[in-house]
Formats: sequence, C-alpha cells, structure tokens
Amino acid sequence: MISGIHQRESNAIEKGSSLGRDAWLRLRKNHLAMTSLWFFVTVVLTCFLLPLFSFVSDPNATFPELQSQPAFSKATSVGGDEVYYLLGSDHLGRDIFSRILYGGRVSLAVGFLATAVSLTIGVIYGALSGYVGGKTDAAMMRVVDILYALPFMIIVIILTTYFGNDLWLLFVCIGAVEWLTMARIVRGQVISLKNQEFVEAARSLGLSQWRIVFRHLIPNTIGPVIVYTTLTVPAVMRLEAILSFLGLGVQPPDASWGSLIKEGADRMASDPSLLVYPAIIFGLTLFSLNFLGDGLRDALDPKSSKD
Amino acid sequence: METARFVFYRFLQSLFALLCIITLTFFLARLAPGGPFLDEKAVPEHLLEQMNKKYGFDKPLVVQYGLYLGQLIQGDLGPSLGNKGFTVNEVISEGLPVSFILGFIGLIIALIIGVPIGVFAAAKRNTSVDYGLMTVAMIGICLPTFVIAPLLGEIFALKLGWFDVAGWENSTAWFLGAMTLGLYYSAYIARLTRGSMLDVLSQDFIRTARAKGVAPGKILFKHAFRGGITPVVAYLGPALAGLIGGSFVVETVFGIPGLGQHFIKAASNRDYTLINGTVTVFAILILVMNFLVDVLQAWLDPRTKTRN
Repeated sequence: MISGIHQRESNAIEKGSSLGRDAWLRLRKNHLAMTSLWFFVTVVLTCFLLPLFSFVSDPNATFPELQSQPAFSKATSVGGDEVYYLLGSDHLGRDIFSRILYGGRVSLAVGFLATAVSLTIGVIYGALSGYVGGKTDAAMMRVVDILYALPFMIIVIILTTYFGNDLWLLFVCIGAVEWLTMARIVRGQVISLKNQEFVEAARSLGLSQWRIVFRHLIPNTIGPVIVYTTLTVPAVMRLEAILSFLGLGVQPPDASWGSLIKEGADRMASDPSLLVYPAIIFGLTLFSLNFLGDGLRDALDPKSSKD
Repeated sequence: METARFVFYRFLQSLFALLCIITLTFFLARLAPGGPFLDEKAVPEHLLEQMNKKYGFDKPLVVQYGLYLGQLIQGDLGPSLGNKGFTVNEVISEGLPVSFILGFIGLIIALIIGVPIGVFAAAKRNTSVDYGLMTVAMIGICLPTFVIAPLLGEIFALKLGWFDVAGWENSTAWFLGAMTLGLYYSAYIARLTRGSMLDVLSQDFIRTARAKGVAPGKILFKHAFRGGITPVVAYLGPALAGLIGGSFVVETVFGIPGLGQHFIKAASNRDYTLINGTVTVFAILILVMNFLVDVLQAWLDPRTKTRN
C-alpha cells in the first residue's frame, strides 16, 4: 500500500521533469513568446472559423455603388443587401474585413502546407543522411550544398509561371525549395545521437534500421525541428506574399494577404487603409511567429539562451 | 597550399552548381506547357512551324541543349523572343548595371545602418536600449519590402516631394529603392552582428583584456570586432541573392528598368532565351558572391577551411 503510493509519487516526479514540460514551463515565463503564441492562435482561429458564420459577408461580392465606405459603417446596396463594413470597403465595395479573413486563410494555409512539405522532406533526408553516414552522407550533403547555391526566388517564379497559378503547386514549389536547412539541422542532430547508448540498446534488441531511425532517432531531434519549423512558416508566408505581390501567386478576385497588400499599394493615394490593414495583420503575424520561434529556442535549449 | 586547395575545390563546386542551374532552367522552360508564340490570337499552323524552325525549336531537345551550351560558352545568349529585334545580351547589358547598382547601394546602406546598431546593442546587452533596438529590427524584418517600398514612395515622393515617384534616368527614385532594400537587410544584419558580437564578448580572451584594464571601446572595436564581423561577411553572399530577389519588388514599385523587371516579363511571356539568359546571369552573380565570401571568410577565420 505504502510502496504503491510511493511509486505513484515517483512516477509523478519523473513525468514532471520531461523535456516537453520543462520547456513549456520555461516558455510560459517568457511573456513576449506567450503573447505571440496566443496572438497567433487567435489569428488562425479567427481566419479559419469566423467565415463559417453567416454574418461575415462574401469576400468577392462587389457593390460598385458602395465603394470606399468608412470603417464601422452599415450600408444597403441597390439590390437590397445590407452589409456591415467593420473595416470599410474597397474601390469595388467589397468588405475589407472579410477579404482579410479569407486572404488570411490562403496565406496561412500556404504557410502551413509548404512548411509541412519542407518538414517531411528535410527530416527524412537529413535523418537518413546522418544515420547512414560515410560516402552516402557525403554525397547527399553535396547535393544540399549545390541546391543551396540555386537562386530559389527565381526557381519558384519560373515554376509558378510555367505551371500555372495553381495554389497547390505553389505549396509544393515553396516546400520543395525550403527543406535544405531542415535537412542540415536534423542530420547534425542524428549524427550526435546515433552513437549514444539508447540507439545501441535498440540495435541489440534487434530492431530494424527503419524503426531505429523513425521511432528512436527522429523523435529525439524534435526540439530544434520545432524551433526551425516555427521560423519556416513566416519565411514561407513572406515568399507567398512576394509572389502574390508580383502577380504570380493568388489570382484575383481571390485574395491572400500579399495580394491585398498589392491592391492596397496600388490605391494608397486615394485610400491608405487598403494598404494599412492587411499590412498590419500580416506584419503582426510574422512578428508573433518570429518571437515565438526565439522563445521556443530559449525554452528548448536553455544553454543557448541570453548569451 | 591548404588555402589554394580549398579555393580550387570551392571553385569546382560553384562551376558544377552553375551547370545544374543552366540545365534545370533549360529543360523546365521546354517541358512546361504553352509556348512563346502562342498568343490569344490563333497563329496559323505554317507560321508557327516556320517560327519554330527559325529558332531551332523543331530539333530534338537534347540537340537544342547542346547547341545552347555551345553558344553560351561563347557568351552568346541568342535573340530575345519577346523583345523583337533585341538580343538577350543587349537586354541584359541594359538591365544588369541598373540592378547591380541598386543592390550594391542597398547593401552599403544595410551595412552602414545594421552593423553599428548590432555592435551598440551587444555593448548594451540586456538593457532597455538593447531590447528597444532589437524590437525595431524585428519590425524591420516582419515588414517586407513590398510594404516598405509603397510607404516610402507615399511619404517621401508624394507627400514631401523630396524624391521622384518612379524612373531611373534623371530620376531620384533609385534612392528610395536602395533605401527600401537597405532598411530591410539592415534589420537582419543588426540581429546577426549583435548575436556574434555577444558570442565573442563572452570568450576568455576578452575577459583577459578586461582584466588587464584595456579600455572598453578598444576591447569592442579592436579585440571583438574582427571575430564578431565574420558571420556578417558570410551573410553578404546570401544577402546579395536576397537583394536581387527583393529588387523584383522594388523595381516594380519604383519603375526601375532593372534585370528583375525583364525577368518577370520574360517569365510571363515565355521568352525562353531571355529567361535562360537572366537566370544564368543571376546564378553567376550569386555563385561569384558566395565564392568570394567563402574565400574572404577563410582568410578572416582560418578554422573555416578545415571544417569543409
């Protein structure tokens, strides 16, 4: 009985000192990172959930007679539709708030999906290269070196212009050129891990190579991978925004934050709010992700923090 | 000897990367759907055939590739399909100096602003000055060039009238363009400089110098600066690549006739020869920069060589 309680207590203590929990406790003390985290979660939930309700108007519905309405105003169109403009309307009478929400869906989806592609390729490539080692490793890393020298921006532009402005293709293109740093990070981690005792133990238990790589090595690289993933999402969103700004990404009338900023920049002289609102939300989202990434780095690797 | 081998190895690697890029763009262009002669108007079949024959597009792909490489080695990039009457060499020799000057001035501005801010923030580590400067730098990173460029144009060209809105020759808009690029990269450089200066400042030889009573300013600039600036030097290569990427946007906003504009136009017109030409020139630029940076870094920090 007593030993049972004792055992449960010691279990609790062990659980309390796991890496993830430790990191979470450290992260919670970092106010800037936590604020960033909540802000980002709020932005994501708002963009993806709010348009499900009917009070958010159709982002592509145009009311030419209702152009450039002020913020917080209600207007009735010729057709009798009543529209509430939380952030005003643009030159075609479209609801800016709704366009920012729908544009955010596209921008965030590109960010998440392209990051997922780069994460998958990078982690598997890096882990295999590091685990196999020797000449294979050298050859695989030379390939990465050469790809590093390619002008990415240019390749993505070529791919998007040649193969049409398909949004899915955009995800894949960006993801496929963003995996290199991830591969290098994971390889470094795996090399330092693969000679440790737990891997030897797994090997002596007769586990297959694949199982060792995917179940024992890759989960142990999670810290740096999470940090780098957090920093890849804003990088990808920036790339998408540049492409949309150049007219190579999302095509009108659909919107992304990049294309909204482009529309706003074109009409800045007549109505600055068209540029300001999307630019602020885009900037703040990138801001929060970058601060969250920095905070996670400090939390997951306390040695590197501060100095 | 060690250095010579390192330089030679890096040179070969760059050359191979260049060949990869050229091959990749060549085949991508030819395998993509659509073509340079496909207008909205239907082009008669025999005319299309004639055009294809004139530019050699009727030959097998591998033969075209061989011919292309042969011309490339002689420095001939062929006629531009989109700009009738111009060769690709002419288009590039017009646009490249513009882009290069713009990017170079941008880089200088970035260094002039970024390095002192980074050094200053490192010297004042963990004070409100440090936090303030780094927050400003983070804002700079998060506000991309395509937001900064229209804002600068609006404020300094339209409202204040200090600069021209757009243009290159006899126009002052280039300054706003270079400033946009410079501001953006100065934020990165400031963060990078601060981080590496802190690394160096926490090392033993700095503590020794402090213990000996060397003046703080001398420690900062004489002892720590050389080590602290190395990562910034390494960043110059990618920075130039990024400046070229960013210059697409800046050239569009300020109507500057650089290589970036030609490239975007070529890509949407399927001007194969011009695409291949501009990509080759961009790639050579980036590879040369990276190569120079590696050599410079090996000289600043001899440990780099053995790591490769």
